[in-house]
Amino acid sequence: MQKSITEIENEIAEEFDLFDDQMDKYEYIIDIGKKLPALDSKYQTDDFLVKGCQSKVWLHAYEKDGRIFFEADSNSAITKGIVALLVRVLSGQKANEIISSPLGFIDKINLRAHLSSQRSNGLSSMIVKMKAYATAFA
Amino acid sequence: MNASIRAQFPILHQNVNGKPLIYFDNAATSQKPLAVINAIKDYYEHYNSNIHRGAHHLAQLATEKYENARTTVAQHINANEREINFVRGTTEAVNLVATSYGRKFIKVGDEIIVSEMEHHSNIVPWQMLCEEKGATLRVIPINDSGEIIFEEYLKLLSEKTKIVSIAYISNALGSIHPVKEIITEAHKVGAVVFIDGAQALPHKKFDVKDLDCDFLGFSGHKVFAGTGIGILYGKESLLEAMNPYMGGGEMIKSVSFAGTTYNDLPYKFEAGTPHIEGGISLGAAINYISEIGLDKIAAYEEELLAYGTEKFLEVEGLRIVGTAKNKASVISFLVNDIHPYDLGVLLNEQGIAIRTGHHCCQPLMERLKIEGTCRASFAFYNTKEEIDVTVNALKRAVKILS
Repeated sequence: MQKSITEIENEIAEEFDLFDDQMDKYEYIIDIGKKLPALDSKYQTDDFLVKGCQSKVWLHAYEKDGRIFFEADSNSAITKGIVALLVRVLSGQKANEIISSPLGFIDKINLRAHLSSQRSNGLSSMIVKMKAYATAFA
Repeated sequence: MNASIRAQFPILHQNVNGKPLIYFDNAATSQKPLAVINAIKDYYEHYNSNIHRGAHHLAQLATEKYENARTTVAQHINANEREINFVRGTTEAVNLVATSYGRKFIKVGDEIIVSEMEHHSNIVPWQMLCEEKGATLRVIPINDSGEIIFEEYLKLLSEKTKIVSIAYISNALGSIHPVKEIITEAHKVGAVVFIDGAQALPHKKFDVKDLDCDFLGFSGHKVFAGTGIGILYGKESLLEAMNPYMGGGEMIKSVSFAGTTYNDLPYKFEAGTPHIEGGISLGAAINYISEIGLDKIAAYEEELLAYGTEKFLEVEGLRIVGTAKNKASVISFLVNDIHPYDLGVLLNEQGIAIRTGHHCCQPLMERLKIEGTCRASFAFYNTKEEIDVTVNALKRAVKILS
């Protein structure tokens, strides 16, 4: 049974609650990134690149049985961790749920305060791209 | 250099992410001493007024201070006041010369020379000019240490060469170019030389007569003054020969629909109400560094560079990008195959400000076959202790990222 977006977001928020130190949070994000399955090299091309990141982020999506699945990779360990969190939350969800999700966990785990002020990390670009994929499949 | 200097920079005394701020992004912009902050405050509190035309007390005071700042800049680089044009920064200085000098004097088949390691600001305006005029942009290659290859430069020079435009110091790697020799050789073929002094002025004494450079551009905010102000120096005869860059107030002698006559130098290139407090802040900044002494600043920064280079290399897997023999206090580096952005984020988390990315030098990054670097750039208010803290923070970041 596929968990809902909110359920997964709550799980992530609980995991991050364990850390007081921001450096530990980053270490955890990097670990999550390391566990992200490798993206087929045929998708690691400019066509799948998310614009607006200082590092490279490739994002691929496909639809199966009414649900959208995401695969991603990055040449930055931190960015890969962030995109892995987004994939964990959004992959396997229905298009309309992806489009309408406010992704509140980002604020809950205090990621936005640390990252989104720097346009270089492309957090918002990744979200825009994932929602655009969902819209295309909807 | 000591605590009394750091005390002059209020911004340095704060915590970032719970750690004392270490500011190593001086090549991007420098911090401001109280002398500069107070000059700006003083202007708005006591004599804010539009300059040059007002007959009243405040206007006279503002004009006097603004023109004094111009004199300070002129003396600082050994020029005369008519050769000192206030502009927004180095970028505007390059664009002004490319547009105003370039449009008048560059013709089909002419050549303009830049180096492979220029900032985009010293590439794109020339590309635009070349496109407009049917001229060709030629590029001096660099070696693996990040030095221009002088013999290759000599080969590029010919009677077709009309402009050579080069940075005194590379912003991305810190390499110091042999500008005096570059200028001498350019003059032999009749070309004029623009020196991008953005990275040089904070570190070095600059003498336009000694170097015999034709144009020099630099930015106030990199020499401890406010943002939005910079200087274009040009030899008087060249500036006289050029047409105005922008039309408007201040740059005219008289206006009628039958025709307009332009003002004398330096006002010819200063249309509109200028950045008055910016100019004044630049004067204050130059007075401030002159009081400390640029020789003293340069010697201390060399010490920081030597110390920093040695200490940074203690980090396992760290390699310095740009190892020119003659270098300013900039350390560009990479660690193993770690993305520079990751190191930047984890250093920031520990209160340390460095730059990551291509540093507006994409052609250079392409030449070096890298996407970008981490860049730590030191100013005279930085300390060896800050370098030690940074090295430890780097080791922690590398451990997390490996």
